[in-house]
Amino acid sequence: MLIDLGIAFGRVAFVMLFVLNVAALLGWVERKQSAIMQDRIGANRASIFGFRALGLFHPLADTLKMLTKEDFRPARADRLLFELAPVVSVFFALVAFASIPFGDTLQVAGRVVPLQAVTLNVGVLYVFAMLSLGVYGVMMAGWSSANNYALLGGQRAAALMISAEIAIGASIMGVIMIHGSLNLMEIVRGQGRLFWGWLPAWGIITQPLAFVLFVTAGIAATKRIPFDMPEGESEIIGYFVEYSGMKFGMFLMTDMVETIVLAGLSTSLFLGGWQIPFLLADGFRFPWGAGITLSPLLVTVLQVSAFVAKVAVVIFVLMLIRWTLPRFRYDQAMRLGWLGLFPLSIANIVLTGLALAAWGNR
Amino acid sequence: MSPMNLRQRLYLVEVLTGLALTAAHFFRNMGRHAARALGRSGSRGAVTIQYPEERRPFSPRLRSLHRLVRREDGSPRCVACMMCETVCPAHCIYIVADEHPNPEIEKVPRRFDIDLGKCVFCGYCVEACPEDAIRMDTGILEFSSYSRGGMIYTKEMLLSFEPADATGRPRSPIPLPANRRV
Repeated sequence: MLIDLGIAFGRVAFVMLFVLNVAALLGWVERKQSAIMQDRIGANRASIFGFRALGLFHPLADTLKMLTKEDFRPARADRLLFELAPVVSVFFALVAFASIPFGDTLQVAGRVVPLQAVTLNVGVLYVFAMLSLGVYGVMMAGWSSANNYALLGGQRAAALMISAEIAIGASIMGVIMIHGSLNLMEIVRGQGRLFWGWLPAWGIITQPLAFVLFVTAGIAATKRIPFDMPEGESEIIGYFVEYSGMKFGMFLMTDMVETIVLAGLSTSLFLGGWQIPFLLADGFRFPWGAGITLSPLLVTVLQVSAFVAKVAVVIFVLMLIRWTLPRFRYDQAMRLGWLGLFPLSIANIVLTGLALAAWGNR
Repeated sequence: MSPMNLRQRLYLVEVLTGLALTAAHFFRNMGRHAARALGRSGSRGAVTIQYPEERRPFSPRLRSLHRLVRREDGSPRCVACMMCETVCPAHCIYIVADEHPNPEIEKVPRRFDIDLGKCVFCGYCVEACPEDAIRMDTGILEFSSYSRGGMIYTKEMLLSFEPADATGRPRSPIPLPANRRV
């Protein structure tokens, strides 16, 4: 009993610490990566005892600043919803990562432990449900601020997220059809198969169109540039215009956490999750016959590192997109969502169905 | 603007072109940063000039903070002829003349104040000076103060400044506002 509790605690703690720490680090990554892309240096002045550590202390300084700033509430704001909105926003972003697997099973004290915070047979639906609930925080923030610009931002965010969620849901249908499961662990295990003995059956190879659609719609759902009309820095500032201090910081954190969830989800669905090509439960088995036998613990460590590395690469690409493309106009984003992504993902479902009917399931 | 062709309207190809450009910048700059961190010199990974430590090289013609040129004995070369005070379009120079102990020299300034809050840095005072006693070659641009009074530089302060070196880097300490609360 105690051991079971400890194992459950460990699984949740690993995911929680991973998400929170990477979210804190993302602020630094975003600043530095954008700076290097633009031939700049980026924030590097915050120091502790003279050590600057490439500006790594800036997230710390930012957090301290936000915690010590005045927590202002407009006089006519709806008090309950105004206080609740950032909490709702950040909570649903944080819990969304729970069913994303970061490794295969691990033997602990005679028990087989799947390496994900919560084992759910509807994992995919759970992640999308949590990400969709996040829009309530945004809408609450927009409405309760008693500010027309905030209301506009909240309304834009709601419209954008609905048009993006539909495209996301439809684009991953192909992946679910191939694997016949909504369990993210099963989907990742299914991607360990090899085509013709050498080509890993990752989602990006079986479903290339769905990958592009999913990432595009995913960026839209996380409201980041080029889909940041809910904020629209130069136009309406957006749903958090009346927020200050750490409440504003929580909206910023929601952004970062949602980026990590999107990266984790695209890794699990399309990039083979924790799979390393040719790595089986007992070591490497290469298609030309060679093999390296590894202990189960080492295999697990390799798998978790592979997952983290893949998430890091996806986050790099997402940041690259965020710092390269200019913002869509509101009508352009709507047209892209409803007339571009949605019909294409429906076509993808039809094509996948035809292919499965022609060549059979696996 | 001409209508977009199919490739541009598909958007994806153009997006990938843009991403390739920014990614190329990222990896090129990362390589340069890494090479410099490993001690290999080469071109810099960023165009940033890290200002308080690094300074942009200034032109020798730059008109910066004034200084009064000294004679060999350290007294000002200025003879208080009032030429600069007369030509100054901003009326920011205030001179009080005094007898010079040496009979060969006509006068010496007892006070020579420049109100930098008014100065427009036209350089007329330098051009007008018959004795080459005032120059604007210290290379100092960072004079600031918490008060208007702090912007008035006296004769002693102006005499203490050295000319900038060949790259335009000031050799005199930069007058910090905290040191000059008046």
